[in-house]
Amino acid sequence: MRVVYALWLRQIRRYFRARSRLIGAIGQPLLFLLALGYGLGSVFKQAGQGNYIHFLVPGVMAQTVLFSAVFFGINIIFDKQFGFLKETLVAPVSRFKIMIGSALGGATTSVMQGVLVFIISLFLGFRPYNWALLVVSLLVLAMLSTALACFSSGVGSIVNDFQGFQAINQFLIFPLFFLSGALYPLNHAPAALRYIAEVNPISYAVDALRESMINQVHFGYTKDFIALGITVLVLMAFGVYQFQRIEA
Amino acid sequence: MPEIMIKAEHLTKKFGDVTAVNDVNFSVEKGEIFAFLGPNGAGKSTTIKMLTTLLRPTSGTLHLAGFNVANNKDGVRKSFGIIFQDPSVDEELTAYENMQLHGDMYGIEKSILKTRIRELLELVELWDRRQYRVKTYSGGMKRRLEIARGLLHHPKVLFLDEPTLGLDTQTRNLLWNYIKQLSEKESMTIFFTTHYLEEAEQIAGRIAIIDHGQIIARGTSKELEKQTDTKSLEDAYLKLTGKELRDEGEDPNARMRLRLRARGRS
Repeated sequence: MRVVYALWLRQIRRYFRARSRLIGAIGQPLLFLLALGYGLGSVFKQAGQGNYIHFLVPGVMAQTVLFSAVFFGINIIFDKQFGFLKETLVAPVSRFKIMIGSALGGATTSVMQGVLVFIISLFLGFRPYNWALLVVSLLVLAMLSTALACFSSGVGSIVNDFQGFQAINQFLIFPLFFLSGALYPLNHAPAALRYIAEVNPISYAVDALRESMINQVHFGYTKDFIALGITVLVLMAFGVYQFQRIEA
Repeated sequence: MPEIMIKAEHLTKKFGDVTAVNDVNFSVEKGEIFAFLGPNGAGKSTTIKMLTTLLRPTSGTLHLAGFNVANNKDGVRKSFGIIFQDPSVDEELTAYENMQLHGDMYGIEKSILKTRIRELLELVELWDRRQYRVKTYSGGMKRRLEIARGLLHHPKVLFLDEPTLGLDTQTRNLLWNYIKQLSEKESMTIFFTTHYLEEAEQIAGRIAIIDHGQIIARGTSKELEKQTDTKSLEDAYLKLTGKELRDEGEDPNARMRLRLRARGRS
């Protein structure tokens, strides 16, 4: 536990020392909330769907966690380039612990960013329908960020350069995000989009967030948490496996 | 009969068709200072990586501090410290935090850890700067921090892979004096590589020269001179390894490090 905690703490410290990253991390979700929220708000309302910003907040929170957690793996590449990885690899600790400790650190900072977006949304007039259920929202963010931080650690273990990492991420993140129902209700989407959303784990995170924050349901908690649970296990296994294969 | 701390038997490492280390045998006694010399790409780093559990040998056996490297990695890992060729500290953390993290990973008891960190940071004259982030350090300071960190868990064997690369004469002197002391007072076993032959001449008890993956000569500096009928270790070395230039293998990490170095980041 001491090792996992020490490596977790390392990520938290690194995160708070990179101030530019903090600002960048909030800029994009804010843009989505403001530009899309106010831009499409009136259309959304006329279509009888209610307040678009309210609808958008859980989706943008999922987006924030998605983007930042998937970016986390770049730290593995940094550690390779700057040599710190070797220090951990010759230490008498299992690679499993090294990887999990670091990934949990990345997951924690991602959740913090998601929470920050939530706080900003309160200033834009957003109110959750039941404050107590935010515990569920937090659990969803934690599961989503853990799964994705593990995934991106795995990617960071495979590739050795920033360009390769970016290419893989860009190729994956945007489809996952745009096809997840984070920006539009799946209930009224064409069948093709709905089918795609069903195999996209992000959809389930967005759905569970929406259910716990604004009481709108598409899949329901049971499906959401089964899908999220499987995603966490599969991506954690992927991340650990790839991290163990790194050769110095 | 002195205790053997490092023992390599028929050590071989192949990367595809290329044999980087070919049937290498050597042993290093407790408290000995052993230099491992050779041109770029001769197999020095590959050997160190195998000794330090970073690479698995293709064949052959390796023992370190009595542990078999193949099946008792943690025993081996607790027994050695390593100063890598390239920096391996976390530059975003402070010196103290780097030391702390190392202690946590090696499971050093917390009360002992505090005093040891202080002792070592004072020794390498970084205690006053312990709360500064490592990225504000000069190259020599970083190297000193790496040495302090490598010693934190009181290793029985210390590996140094070109530890003085890019350091000024003062820092090099300080470093070697300190390492000599460690070997004498604590009878710590030292295994190092270097391209500065005068360092090997002055500090090492025994020297092995590796080229094309094989050990081509071994002995004390004087013995090597006698074997080759030369007047200095440098002449002996050049006679043994030839004068043509060598290129190191190009991998993306090495290229990136070069780029970072060129930008003055390391």
